[in-house]
Amino acid sequence: MGSGESGDDVGMDASELGLLVAVMLAAAVEFVEAFTIVLAMGITRDWRSTLAGTAAALVVLALVTIVAGYALVQWFPESLLQLVIGTLLLIFGLQWLRKAVLRSAGLKALHDEEAIFRTEAAAAEGAGTDTVMGLDWFAFVVSFKGVLLEGLEVVFIVLTFGLTAGNVPLAAAGAAIAGAIVLSVGAVLHRPLSRVPENTIKHGVGILLTTFGTFWAVEGLGVFAPGGESLEWPGGELAIVVVLVAWFAASRALVLALRRRVAEPVQPAAA
Amino acid sequence: MRFLVAFGRFWYDFVVGDDWRIAAGVVGVLAVGAVVLAIGRGGSWLPAAIAVALIVVFAVPVLRAGRSG
Repeated sequence: MGSGESGDDVGMDASELGLLVAVMLAAAVEFVEAFTIVLAMGITRDWRSTLAGTAAALVVLALVTIVAGYALVQWFPESLLQLVIGTLLLIFGLQWLRKAVLRSAGLKALHDEEAIFRTEAAAAEGAGTDTVMGLDWFAFVVSFKGVLLEGLEVVFIVLTFGLTAGNVPLAAAGAAIAGAIVLSVGAVLHRPLSRVPENTIKHGVGILLTTFGTFWAVEGLGVFAPGGESLEWPGGELAIVVVLVAWFAASRALVLALRRRVAEPVQPAAA
Repeated sequence: MRFLVAFGRFWYDFVVGDDWRIAAGVVGVLAVGAVVLAIGRGGSWLPAAIAVALIVVFAVPVLRAGRSG
């Protein structure tokens, strides 16, 4: 499957580097979003309950990663795993890319961590004060749900990238490094990380997810060929670069076409 | 039953998102690729052809979303 299985080579090849960068970037934007929610709850409600909710969500995410990762490896043969995971990654990545294209074209509101922080903080200040097991229940539940939902996207990306490239530890390490960076910077600044170029990163991540999804889904189609071996791209893994450039060019062309359409004056209706 | 519906809806929103036509297009393109391979007509041209078709099934709904939005 992926080249991550080569044991002798301690260096990192192109697909492993792509894997690491993609997972780090994707995880970073999700952690920034989760951090905004946690910070709003911690500042306006109670840090102990907020951190308890965050810790509970992290435990659930770790369990989901272990169980789903084990089950997928056990149940699916290699090429079918590439097809199923590649297709899911491709559809998931195109969802990110669609939003990024619409945002770049001015057809969808940009993600604004400051605005989200203000909304979350206002909701937290106006909420009731139920206490369960000594915890502020509102802070616990909101931080739990926020971290769980944003974290599920990270788990999905870690599993899909890691399993298909044959290197879950590298993918998990990428996510962990991104989490540590976001947490460290957030703890120092103690405010929403609104200066992170989230929308640009999301566009890049959408292209990376889509590129690897395309590459692996097509390879996995080999399960339908006589012999059931993975399909070979012309040029092998170098094709990843060509696919990446093609998706980048297509997304930029779409942004330009949509911007032109937005800028066009509305034609008066015929009498 | 309500839990199953909510569970299914969550994963649908999570993976497919706002525009089901893109997901349907992807599945359609890969299904055609699978058929071509299964009948023994695949060749080195097939991966590139599938990639181009995937770009088309993404671009059309996005341009339509831009027109309606």
